Amino acid sequence: MTLDAGLVGRSYPPSAVYEVGREKIAEFATALADPDPVYRDPAAARAAGHPDVIAPPTFAIVLSLGAADVVVEDPDVGLDYSRVVHGEQRFTHHRPIRAGDRLVATATIDAVKTVAGNDMLTTRVDLATEDGEPVCTTRSMLVARGTA
Amino acid sequence: MSPRPADVEVGTELPEQTSRVTRADLVRYAGASGDFNVIHWNERVAREVGLPGVIAHGMLTAGLAVRAVTAWAGDPGAVVDYQVRFSRPVVVPDDELGAELTVRGRVAALLEGDRVRIDLTVTSGGEKVLSLARAVVALG
Repeated sequence: MTLDAGLVGRSYPPSAVYEVGREKIAEFATALADPDPVYRDPAAARAAGHPDVIAPPTFAIVLSLGAADVVVEDPDVGLDYSRVVHGEQRFTHHRPIRAGDRLVATATIDAVKTVAGNDMLTTRVDLATEDGEPVCTTRSMLVARGTA
Repeated sequence: MSPRPADVEVGTELPEQTSRVTRADLVRYAGASGDFNVIHWNERVAREVGLPGVIAHGMLTAGLAVRAVTAWAGDPGAVVDYQVRFSRPVVVPDDELGAELTVRGRVAALLEGDRVRIDLTVTSGGEKVLSLARAVVALG
């Protein structure tokens, strides 16, 4: 089915608070085989000017994957998830994500289009602290192959 | 040490980076990221949906690629923007060697406020796996 252009701009309720833990950051950095001490050692992070260990540039995917589920599961969107592949991904960091952050994710449909029989859905997820400080904006473009 | 803005110009090349991705790495990344999509660990299902075999998470490829930028920048917190477009799956064979990823980067543009844009070329087995991979780094 072809995605409805009227969905653009639709926003979803904010997620529950996600508390960023030092161990989760270290686990993610290890999965990327990245030995950088700013991901593990608070003293090294402070020496680099950060209040605590920071997360790798793609860590926000951990939060945005879950936050974008509300879009994929929206019956009005009707995306055939069995045919979906990840087309594009972007992270815009307003500041690094760091241990101790208590983040709330808000998903919005940024764009829908159909190209050569493929539906393309771009979801923006805004990550902010629970006090409202913007931290990171992610954009994920999913392609549903041959569904339009 | 972070590069000084005065030492960076369009065309400056980043040190080339190579990494290997094995099935064990896919399992580790699945756990760390929470992306348990079956095509990243189950050969049977991957083939049923028309893939040549188990493929790496696109975000694992993207995460490995940006290490070339963070290592060059000195501080991963200097990466203020990073975007990728996935063009070809990285097939990970069921052996000890896995797949190889090669990452090359160069400064493509000098931006306002001592920021630079880095364009990455990411290949596996000689083929480009990201048709676009671009990072903006704040220097100094």
